[in-house]
Amino acid sequence: MVLERGENPGSKNVFGGILYSTVLNRLIPNFWEKAPIERHVKGIQIFLISDKNAVSIGVESEEHNKPPYNNSFIITRNKFDKWYANQAEEAGAFIIPNTVVDDLIWENGKVVGVKARGGDGELYADAVIVAEGVNSLLTGKAGLRRDYEPRQVALGMKEVIELPKEVIEERFHLNGREGVEYKYIAGDATKGIWGGGNIYTNLESLSVVTWVGLKPLMEQNIKATELLEHFKNHPFVRNYIKGGKTIEYQAHLAPDGGYDSTPKYFTNGLLVVGDAARFLNASVHYEGTNFAMASGEAAAKTIMEAKKKNDFTANTLSYYQKLLSGSFVMKDLKRYRKMNRFAEANPEFFGPYFDVITQMAVDFFTVNELPKRTAEFQMLKRFRSGLKQFYSSELGAKYNHNWFTRTFARICPLMRFMWQSLKGALAFI
Amino acid sequence: MKIDDKLALNLFHVDSEAHIKVDKEKCRKCPHKVCTRVCPVENYTLEGDELVFAWEGCLECGTCNIACDQGAITWDYPRGGHGICFRF
Repeated sequence: MVLERGENPGSKNVFGGILYSTVLNRLIPNFWEKAPIERHVKGIQIFLISDKNAVSIGVESEEHNKPPYNNSFIITRNKFDKWYANQAEEAGAFIIPNTVVDDLIWENGKVVGVKARGGDGELYADAVIVAEGVNSLLTGKAGLRRDYEPRQVALGMKEVIELPKEVIEERFHLNGREGVEYKYIAGDATKGIWGGGNIYTNLESLSVVTWVGLKPLMEQNIKATELLEHFKNHPFVRNYIKGGKTIEYQAHLAPDGGYDSTPKYFTNGLLVVGDAARFLNASVHYEGTNFAMASGEAAAKTIMEAKKKNDFTANTLSYYQKLLSGSFVMKDLKRYRKMNRFAEANPEFFGPYFDVITQMAVDFFTVNELPKRTAEFQMLKRFRSGLKQFYSSELGAKYNHNWFTRTFARICPLMRFMWQSLKGALAFI
Repeated sequence: MKIDDKLALNLFHVDSEAHIKVDKEKCRKCPHKVCTRVCPVENYTLEGDELVFAWEGCLECGTCNIACDQGAITWDYPRGGHGICFRF
C-alpha cells in the first residue's frame, strides 16, 4: 500500500535532472527500453566561472553511449515516476493518491499504522516505510531527529526551458538520445555562495538549476529568486538557453547535511528512506536518486526478512542498518561527512578563489609580445597578488577570523591557498 | 523574468485555506525578516513594516520553515491533491 499526497506519484517531486540507475536496473533489467527516459548522459562539462572568466573541463566517453549508459539518465519526474508507480502496481502494490499522512499510530512503543488527513483515515500495517522527502514531518513527530539547521539544507530552483530538439542537439553536440550535464561549481554562478548551477538536456527542453546552501544564502543580502535570474543571464550560460521558453518553475530543498545529519532511520515498526533519512551524497558527485532507491530496496529486503520471522521490532529491522552500512549509501555518506562543515568554514572556495584561478588560466593564454617565461612569471605574480588582495580585504578577514591564519595568509598567500586547496580536495572530491 | 510570470506557468490546485500558518505578532518583532529573501516564490513580502504572506504560489519546498528562527511559522503540507502539481 502506497500513500501519495499528490494527484499522482511524481507530481510533488523535484530533483536536478539525473536518475542514477544501478538499483533500478537490478529491479527492472534494461528498463531504458521501456521507461520514459529523456536522454542518457554521455558526458559532463564542469565550469568554474567568475564574472568575466571561465575555465571548463569536459569528461565524456563513447562507452557511455552503450548499455547500461553509465547508469545515468536524464528524466522528468512526473512522467518517469508515474511510469515507475505503474510498474509497482503491476507487481501488486496498491497506490492511493491525494492522501496526506499526518501522523503515525503507535501501540506499546511500536508503529502500527498511519493517520491520513480528514475523516477516519486510519490504516494499520505490520511496518511503515516513511518516504516523505526532505521536509520530514513524520520523522520529526516520531522524535527520530532533531530540528534541521539551515546549514544542513540547500535550496534548489529550477526552470524547465523549452527548445526544439534539433536546437538542443546542435547546441550541445548531441546525436539521437545522447545528453549532457553542464555543472557550474559555485563562483559567479551563485554570486560566490556555496552551491552551483546546472544545465541538463531533456529531449525537447533544458532543466536550468541554481542551488545554494540555505545558511550562506541567509547571511548574504541577496534574494533567492535573483540568483536563478543571475545564472540564466550570465555570459557563460545565456547562450545555451537563448531563444528558449520557460514552461515550468520548480523549487525544492536538498538534504545537504551529510552523514552527521542523518536521523535515527529505523525503530519498532518503522523504516525511513531517501531524502527523509538525508541519504544524499553532497560532494562533487551530488548523487541522490541512487541513494533513495538503494535505501528503498534495503527497506524492502528488511521487511521481507521481518515477515519471515513475523517480528517487526527494531531488533529485526536493524537488518536495514546492516544492509545500508555494507552498501555505498553509508560508505559514501561517511566518506564525505566533512563536506558540509568544510563548506561552511571555508567560504573563500566558492567565490574569491575562483576569481584568481580563472584569471590565472586566462593570463596563461593571453597573447602579447612578452616572452612566455616572463608572461608566466607575471601570471604567478598576479595570482599571488590576487590572493593577497583577497586575504587583506574585509571579506578575507571575515573568512579567516583566527589572527594567526589571517597574518599567515597575508604574508604567504600561496602557501595558505595550497594548504586550503589540499583540505578542500580531500573533503570535496 | 518576474516570479509572478514564472508561477503563472505552473499548475496549482489552490486550497481555500493556507497550509502554512504565520504568526504575524512574532514577525513584527523579527529583526531580519529573512523569509522575504529566501522564499523561492516570494510568498513573503513587506507592505510598509507589515509582513504579508500569500500561500497560493507555494511550491511546498519548506525553506521558510527552516530559515525562520522566530518560531513564527507552522508548516504543513496542503490537503491531498492540492497545492503545486509539477508536470515535468
